[in-house]
Amino acid sequence: MSRWAPPSSYLVKAAILSGIAAASAGCHTDMWRQPKLAPLSESTLFPDGQASRPFVPGTIPRGYLREDSAFYTGFVNKKLVTKIPIPVTLQLLKRGQERFNIYCSPCHGRLGDGEGMIAHRGFSIRRKPGDYHTDRLRTMPIGHFYDVITNGYGAMFSYASRVEPHDRWAIAAYIRVLQLSQHATPAEYAEAGGPATTTP
Amino acid sequence: MAQIFKPSANTIAQVSLLGGAIVPLSVGLGIAALSRSPANTKVGVPLNQPVPFSHEHHVGQLGIDCRYCHTSVEKSAFAGFPPTETCMSCHSQIWTNSPLLEPVRKSYETGTPIRWTKVNKVPEFVFFNHSIHVNRGINCNTCHGAVNDMNITWKGNSFQMAWCLQCHRAPERYLHENEADTAAGLTPRQQVFNLYWKFQQDGVKHLDAHEQDLISGEDPVSFDKDEIAKGRKLVNKYGVKTQQLADCWICHR
Repeated sequence: MSRWAPPSSYLVKAAILSGIAAASAGCHTDMWRQPKLAPLSESTLFPDGQASRPFVPGTIPRGYLREDSAFYTGFVNKKLVTKIPIPVTLQLLKRGQERFNIYCSPCHGRLGDGEGMIAHRGFSIRRKPGDYHTDRLRTMPIGHFYDVITNGYGAMFSYASRVEPHDRWAIAAYIRVLQLSQHATPAEYAEAGGPATTTP
Repeated sequence: MAQIFKPSANTIAQVSLLGGAIVPLSVGLGIAALSRSPANTKVGVPLNQPVPFSHEHHVGQLGIDCRYCHTSVEKSAFAGFPPTETCMSCHSQIWTNSPLLEPVRKSYETGTPIRWTKVNKVPEFVFFNHSIHVNRGINCNTCHGAVNDMNITWKGNSFQMAWCLQCHRAPERYLHENEADTAAGLTPRQQVFNLYWKFQQDGVKHLDAHEQDLISGEDPVSFDKDEIAKGRKLVNKYGVKTQQLADCWICHR
């Protein structure tokens, strides 16, 4: 009686391996990971290891020549501008409100009184964030607010990389709205058509 | 001549016939299940980070807007990742002695970026654009899960093609607007971020059902006829080209 002999282990291994090889020929990851550079990806080409390159000093992208000193710095002849260099529309104020609530309200509060959440969580212990409702800031030329957003002030960092120039002016305009809203006389309030209130 | 097959050969034949059907099937199903499981997709798996940054704290408790850090999410394909400077805007004054923040301070001093672990990625043959989704009112949580709940960030959804197509084939099931917000003049884009503000102020009390799904990390899909009809109106209002939305080139270019 002849019994079926199992194939040698060598043959089994060869069969399994060639099966895997045949199947894996279809697998490759060069489409998943392409040799291209995405934002924030690494590169061994540059000494700092970053693929994104800063501008070569002095480079001005087309359309980014910042000639208008009033618009881009808030200063004209080293003096703060007193008028917003773009038309102030309701749309601009609404944009300013939105950007203010994103970038400024964490410290300055939604009313601009320096009572934001981050102020309450410890920022104020060292230095209270600015309260816009002081005589000093009410009479401050509007260019000051633009300049502070651009370059920072006291413990406040620059927001230039986070807020674009047009939005900085929108925020500056909205700060004026906040100042008016918190410093209106009852007569002004009634004139602006505010709803009737029982508290003085 | 001796019998070639013993009686037991009957059993072997039956078992091997059955096994021939079951084994390939279960291997196939097993591989399919594995590729969809968190072991492969990493959905719901918090990944180690150099700094244990908590979205739950910064979004849910402090009410910081997404865009404070992810500055380009409304206008660019890339949502934007905060440089160390953004962390230091507050942490130059707050928690300045915390050992957890040591890598942040070191990064700021030396100018070397922090190496965060990437949580969400799509294959590089997929061209995803954040701005178009946000501007059509697709909430962050729709794709990223309950970010407001994440102490250490995890991936909210698989980002596999079948998952993307659920919405691309039927956007009316996912598009939504909050009626009170729309009445107040908020655009779909503004409603995306207003949700977190409302949640931070009041919890889930005043949120509608869709928004509650978003905040709790449920799939915010509508099966209700009325909801789908509303979604279809939004599809028309936003000019979403549903005929092309599931075409290959929409995502693969």
